[in-house]
Amino acid sequence: MVMKINQFTDEIILLFNQRPDKLLQMLIKIQRQYSYIPQQAITQLSRKLLLTEANILSVIGFYSFLHKKSRGSYDLRISDNITDQMLGSTAITSMFSNKLSVQLAIPRKDGRVCVDSTSCIGMSDQGPAMLVNGMPVVSLNKKRVESICQLIESNSPLNQWPKSFFHIKNNIQRKDILLTDCSDNGAAISALINQGSQNIHQQIEHSNLRGRGGAGFHTSLKWRSCKDAIAKRRYVVCNADEGEPGTFKDRVLLTTQPDKVIEGMTLCAGIIGNEIDNNGRLENSDQLTGGFIYLRGEYEYLYKSLQRVLQRRRDAGLLGKNILGVKGFDFDIEIHLGAGAYICGEESALIESLEGKRGIPRNRPPFPAIKGYNNQPTVVNNVETFVNATLIAIHGACWFKKIGTAQSRGSKLLSISGDCDRPGVYEFPFGTSIRHILDDCGAQNVQAVQVSGPAGFTIPAQDFDRYIGFEDVPAGGSFMIFNQQRNLLDMVKNFGEFFVNESCGFCTPCRVGCSLLMQMIDRVHQKISTNHELCEIKKLSHLMIQTSHCGLGSSASNSVMDTLKYFPKLYQQQLNHSDDESLFDLQGELLQARQLTGDDNV
Amino acid sequence: MSERNVDGKNCEAVFYLNGKPIPFQDGDTIMDATLKAGKYIDHLCHHPKIKPLGSCRICIVKLDGKFVSSCTHPATKNSQITSNTKEIIEQRKSLLQMLFVEGNHICPACEKSGNCQLQALAYKNEMLTSHYNQFFPDRVIDASHPDAIIDFNRCILCELCVRASRDIDKKKVFSIDKRGINAKLIINSPSGKLKDSEFTINDMAAQICPVGAILPKHKGYEIPIGKRRYDKHPIGELEPDYQTRNEDK
Repeated sequence: MVMKINQFTDEIILLFNQRPDKLLQMLIKIQRQYSYIPQQAITQLSRKLLLTEANILSVIGFYSFLHKKSRGSYDLRISDNITDQMLGSTAITSMFSNKLSVQLAIPRKDGRVCVDSTSCIGMSDQGPAMLVNGMPVVSLNKKRVESICQLIESNSPLNQWPKSFFHIKNNIQRKDILLTDCSDNGAAISALINQGSQNIHQQIEHSNLRGRGGAGFHTSLKWRSCKDAIAKRRYVVCNADEGEPGTFKDRVLLTTQPDKVIEGMTLCAGIIGNEIDNNGRLENSDQLTGGFIYLRGEYEYLYKSLQRVLQRRRDAGLLGKNILGVKGFDFDIEIHLGAGAYICGEESALIESLEGKRGIPRNRPPFPAIKGYNNQPTVVNNVETFVNATLIAIHGACWFKKIGTAQSRGSKLLSISGDCDRPGVYEFPFGTSIRHILDDCGAQNVQAVQVSGPAGFTIPAQDFDRYIGFEDVPAGGSFMIFNQQRNLLDMVKNFGEFFVNESCGFCTPCRVGCSLLMQMIDRVHQKISTNHELCEIKKLSHLMIQTSHCGLGSSASNSVMDTLKYFPKLYQQQLNHSDDESLFDLQGELLQARQLTGDDNV
Repeated sequence: MSERNVDGKNCEAVFYLNGKPIPFQDGDTIMDATLKAGKYIDHLCHHPKIKPLGSCRICIVKLDGKFVSSCTHPATKNSQITSNTKEIIEQRKSLLQMLFVEGNHICPACEKSGNCQLQALAYKNEMLTSHYNQFFPDRVIDASHPDAIIDFNRCILCELCVRASRDIDKKKVFSIDKRGINAKLIINSPSGKLKDSEFTINDMAAQICPVGAILPKHKGYEIPIGKRRYDKHPIGELEPDYQTRNEDK
């Protein structure tokens, strides 16, 4: 029996201590309970949290997993990344729509089911994939779709569905220093206590560790800015909003190495805030440091296991009060869930979201390391960065520097998907060539590789001797392979749609530009474009790069620009004619007027 | 922020806008200092009495080879800033065109014509066409309030009303819902209609709209078109709100 909405909302509000900054977390719980946010709940939240209803609506409207109308008992979201499409997700989606008699994104009238598409859910190595009420189902095929439709029609609860549907493979295909490490839990914190914060910070600095999210900022510098900022409270945030389509290595790290992630965060806390001297005593006991794991909504299924790890570590004295017996070394971590918004991977948007708001990137400066969560100094690092920090604390900078290149030390985890025999997670030393990577994963006749997701780089075959590294091909994590049979325009179109859906809408060039770019790509795709469109695409791209508020707008045109550069024929063969004039279809333009007036003479 | 210059006189820190020195104080943005100095940089989402946002990007200027929004970027000593190069004017014009095609703007029939900053900036930047394809969004007008009408067709999402209502009127009447191209202004009231909100015509939020999205009722065309503010002088010249003079012209 579904609990009365008011009573349930009250319980949720109490669970989060009536804190308005926990609004998003409350909304996620309410959405999970009712499959939407009922008006009654909005009114209740508004009254208790002293937020306007419009404010609450604006947060609901921002996150694609929150809804104002009921989605039904089964909320299906089919992952719409290009790699899912290459594995047949479009046919899977129509199969669901036909069998369940639903239109995309419109809940069925009987309140049973809704079928919708969603941005990449981080299962590109085992797609086509979808989320059903937040739980991922992978390797969708005709047979699986049929069983799922039957289970839905017979109203079978998820816990009675075959377990195999929910079996997520880790698919670790190549291990190097990071994935082979089997140090004990707590080894890095012990090193911190034995050697002191300063020494460990120096090790991180000497290791030349750079952020693994893609931007490659020096980790020790970020930590130092945060440490040096004047404040009584600091925050360590793990960016587990792995939203770059085609990426899933953080999911695998959070599944297989959660302790090392959490330990890296604890280490960071011990360096930026608590400061331990080399006698294992706390220097600044008046400093408070808090931690968050920002877990993307798509990975909600990992929430419970991560909570268990956090509790186990508290019980073992590795988290919480007086860590490993050091009086005053206090640090704990909360898990904050996202709700379907790619932009929240941008660190300042992530912080806005942590504060319970719409994930709009902030103006910078000030940078989060100086003014972040609740305007306090905040370190935001990628999952993989924290794991590396843990290992550097244990084994030292020299060990870490043994592999990689001068500017890019250590290894990089790649999420490999698309046209290859062995998709999965690969750990390679920086400096490994694209060609080597392709050989390792069994990719043949490769036309191009998309590195670092839609916002990244399209690498054509002639450049396969280039290597992964911040100085050559910066790799965030996504590595999608396209063979000679693929039409790269399908990729460009898919990415264009992705950015239209994921633009936050704050600044003019990105809000309007993403849609304009999509219009132009569509015209090329439909062969109704001319050279005029190609020039327009270049001009628009230039504008978006130069004037956008954040990296989303300035990278949204990357794949179209890269393919224009490396695959000009792809575009030329689509052109209606090569004049610089835009194509004008007089009859087509008049069609609507003729239909409306019923007069063919119009 | 004062120091001695070569003549031994006290002088403030300055940056250079199009080669001319603009004095500023610590904490000033480029826009703050420029407006205080009686100069003008094109803008839409900025208002001197409201906390800056930086969303419209019309106020982009070039600083050390990079574009920044002058309403949010802190002024820095001796920096060289340009706001009027051909390149910037072209970018600005494109941004204006984007705002025009995104909504439904009917300048010749709009009560705000001649007083509208969007229209005036389009004239100033010599925008002759909207260039891109019109989006023709389907947006419903809210004429429920006795004293004001909101035509969402003309809203450019500058959030000036949102900020004025929140920070000055202390009412939080407006918010932005949805995201991306679907982002839209919403009203805080049980019905979602303006008449059921705390909005009054005397609110700053009622006066601040730079375009014709929030308009007062019961009067129209009191000043004939042709004799309105920007009919007489291009925007940026003789701005009474800012008491600015465009000396660069």
